[in-house]
Amino acid sequence: MKTRGSIRKTGLACLALGGLLASGVAQSEDNPIKVGILHSLSGTMAISETSLRDVALMTIEDINEQGGLLGRELEPVVKDPASDWPRYAEQARELIERDEVDVIFGAWTSVSRESVLPVLEELNGLMFYPVQYEGEESSRHIFYTGAAPNQQTLPAVDYLMSERGGGAEQFYLVGTDYVFPRTTNRIVRAYLNANGIEDDAIREEYFPFEHSDFQSLVSDIKRFSQSGQTAVINTINGDSNVAFYQELANQGVDSVDVPVMATSVGEEELRGMDAGPLVGHLAAWNYFMSVDSPENEAFTERWAEYVEENDLSGGSDRVTNDPMEATHIGIRMWAQAVLEAGTSDPDAVRQAVPGQCVDAPSGYEICMDEENHHLHKPVLIGEIQPDGQFATVWETDGPIRAEPWSKYLEGSEDKKADWTYPWVCGDCEEPRYDLEL
Amino acid sequence: MRGLSWKGAILLGLLMVPAVVVADTDGMSADERAEKLAEQQKKQTQTRTEGLSGEAASIVERLATDDWQAINDVVEELEALAAPETLPVLQALSDRRLYFDEQGRVLIEDPATGEYSDAITGETVEVASENLSQPTLTNAIRRGIRPLIGQLQLFSDDVATRRAGAEELADRPRPEMLGRLKELRAEESNPEVLRLLNIAIARLQLDASDSEERLEAVEVIADVRSARMKSELESLLETDAQGDPVEPDAAVREAARDAIEAIEERQSTARFLSDLVYGLSMGSVLLLAALGLAIIFGLMRVINMAHGELLMIGAYTTFIVQNLFALMAPQWFSFYLLAAIPAAFVVTALVGILMERGVIRFLYARPLETLLATWGISLILMQTTRVIFGAQNVRMASPEWFSGSVQLMQGVSLSTSRVGVIAFAFFVVALVWFVMNRTRLGLEVRAVMQNREMAAALGVSANRVDMWTFGAGAGVAGLGGVALSQIVNVGPELGQNYIVDSFMVVVLGGVGNILGSVFSALGLGVFSKFLEPVAGAVLAKILLFVAIIVFIQWRPQGIFALKGRAGDDD
Repeated sequence: MKTRGSIRKTGLACLALGGLLASGVAQSEDNPIKVGILHSLSGTMAISETSLRDVALMTIEDINEQGGLLGRELEPVVKDPASDWPRYAEQARELIERDEVDVIFGAWTSVSRESVLPVLEELNGLMFYPVQYEGEESSRHIFYTGAAPNQQTLPAVDYLMSERGGGAEQFYLVGTDYVFPRTTNRIVRAYLNANGIEDDAIREEYFPFEHSDFQSLVSDIKRFSQSGQTAVINTINGDSNVAFYQELANQGVDSVDVPVMATSVGEEELRGMDAGPLVGHLAAWNYFMSVDSPENEAFTERWAEYVEENDLSGGSDRVTNDPMEATHIGIRMWAQAVLEAGTSDPDAVRQAVPGQCVDAPSGYEICMDEENHHLHKPVLIGEIQPDGQFATVWETDGPIRAEPWSKYLEGSEDKKADWTYPWVCGDCEEPRYDLEL
Repeated sequence: MRGLSWKGAILLGLLMVPAVVVADTDGMSADERAEKLAEQQKKQTQTRTEGLSGEAASIVERLATDDWQAINDVVEELEALAAPETLPVLQALSDRRLYFDEQGRVLIEDPATGEYSDAITGETVEVASENLSQPTLTNAIRRGIRPLIGQLQLFSDDVATRRAGAEELADRPRPEMLGRLKELRAEESNPEVLRLLNIAIARLQLDASDSEERLEAVEVIADVRSARMKSELESLLETDAQGDPVEPDAAVREAARDAIEAIEERQSTARFLSDLVYGLSMGSVLLLAALGLAIIFGLMRVINMAHGELLMIGAYTTFIVQNLFALMAPQWFSFYLLAAIPAAFVVTALVGILMERGVIRFLYARPLETLLATWGISLILMQTTRVIFGAQNVRMASPEWFSGSVQLMQGVSLSTSRVGVIAFAFFVVALVWFVMNRTRLGLEVRAVMQNREMAAALGVSANRVDMWTFGAGAGVAGLGGVALSQIVNVGPELGQNYIVDSFMVVVLGGVGNILGSVFSALGLGVFSKFLEPVAGAVLAKILLFVAIIVFIQWRPQGIFALKGRAGDDD
């Protein structure tokens, strides 16, 4: 019924027909726009992804309360891939083929995103991915609303090296053994080398998921820190973090001497642990719940209200965090693009999303880049407080542009993420929303 | 049989008594303890100034900014001023209790009452908290504030405060403070404070112009042998561009070289000791996780894939007991762990007996079906837990006497909970040994395991012994769960992380031999902890498996071979 084949010259005739059909359907008012939500609600990732489903439903409810889009209601279709990566792909296929959704909001880990990508390519789907990630990817079918490395980790490294951040001369990179920490650390290492920090002042260690015995690591960090001002970059994911920070506290590693900068510890993760041992350590994100802006006040208030209305588990303890903000931004941007394009057809929306701007809870006007399918985002560095919130200690002057392909990695420096015309719509020079070529 | 289990219970009770006595006995709830702690802190830190004047006031006023450079300047000026009356301001700044309002007044928050007081006048001020901003604070600024606070604390009349200050200064002495530290040293009477001050001064005097002073400093540092100061000594031995030593005095160089050697010696001892201790700690965790399986799989030969879930049930029982205590007897909260021990044993033993009676007893002769059945039980138990408690980890609060750490020597510390786990592991091993070798139940278990028909012919009800053995094995797994709840996250998947390790321990130790499991668990722990610093955690685990596979090829019966036909442990 709706067009999903990739747009090539050979398929133009079919495409035009499909476009006409699609716009025909759009006119029938009682036909809702279907929106897929693909987040794990069980298994290891449930701890993080459940809130993304909740905030997505909240934002969709808000849009519907204002009358929906183009006079049509939004109808969320929720799937649970149960932290099983191949199942993300299966369910993405189901969402597009059977449920006929026009867009998917979903995935958390890089491996789940990579598992969905071939399906999106095959079926010409559209997805918004809301989590900070390692970059080194660019797809016509995905809009990345989380941070690329140059919007999170690299500024964090800069901060740690600066006089203000404590002037670190040595770096200890600790991570969970999978693609995100390994790639991030590869970029960090290249970046440090470019900034005059040699390999002998960098230590790198990886641990399996769910590792809980960090005694040797922490005593090694202690030894390592004796030969110079040291900072730790922590890309440990999941609940292993509890054991890691606990051990740091037990062995008396003080954030004043050895600050630990986390890339995957946010408000939601802190909710499940005793923040005591973490106080004073740092995290880099693009949004904190504690950000002081009218947009954030509205966002957090609405969230609290939504949690109460729907009696979500956790109740008044529920917090907002960076990926939730990114989900919220993504849905609003998509909605604006649908209005601009006048249709929810993925091909048209894909052309309309670049350049969309949203007043985000982070207090900035966040815009989608015209070319690379990534957001321009501010970078915030926060210090963990006893109540599990962050106190901002540094932030960029404004949103910065994402570099999906890191210029510090060999083989990536020449790659370009460019989804402007003519690529996006088959040799057109400007957006064509009606798809009549 | 009933009499025997009573005997076990009494034994359990007796062994628990010393633990109860050792634990702190003030029996306060978490809230009361927090209150007491806050009170203690209040005594130590003044929460308001007694009014500032003159230069101090004019410097402190300038804290009303969010420019970190300006704040850094203020801290430096306060350091030059060294006025003890500014201490509350600095402490508030360091603890993020310092605010400023729109009129530029610098305010200190009292953490206990939430009141604000003006830092300059010392008077209480009524302000709405939303009109307040905080001066920027980074770790770099804190690094400057800490020694300053330490130095100001040295002016205190209270020995404990002075000592805290001296400790800080021994850690982070600042060159600008040298003169003042010497003055303070002359007035100091407390030997411990004096010792710490000497270290601080020695670290600053390494680059003194007088070679006598340098030599003295090196000697003081050599005496402390702290690894932190090694790099400072090493800088004395460096050579400049012409190849001449930076340090002109040969005696000082010699002393520094000796001191470095002493430090390195201690460092390598510490490294060895810490690997050993961490290994034992990891081994004791493995042991507690595997001991139940050593009974169920080792003695009974039941491949129990649901073993991990028995650990999980033990951990969740601890969680329930913790919540019951918080709800019904908050004044006894710090003892919940002791109550959780028998509770977890009983609950998991009951689950075990239920499993045995309901499923496993029909499958004794069919090991493959047992494997599938127990795997299924494991999934059922996990999903049930998810339904009841949710998929997220539950929050465990360690009792106060169980948190913190024990310093074994400089550079080697072990968290109290891990020390507790080691002790508990030995307690459980002793308990199992006692039951197996000194009670009638143990005798019957051994008899049935060695020769079922013969034992039955002699009037032992093999069927009932099976049930009790399985129950006891499950109960011991529950005890392991109690220990795990204190050091790892408690969630439905907790057991999954330990099932492979547990089988590894039992197989390596020699199936049917409980003592073998003890040695293999501790051995595996120590082996992997010595490997981890060299190979990394991921590779260490792989190498460990390789080593075990090779070992089992060479010695299929495990570390301890069984004599005779089967099951003759010890």
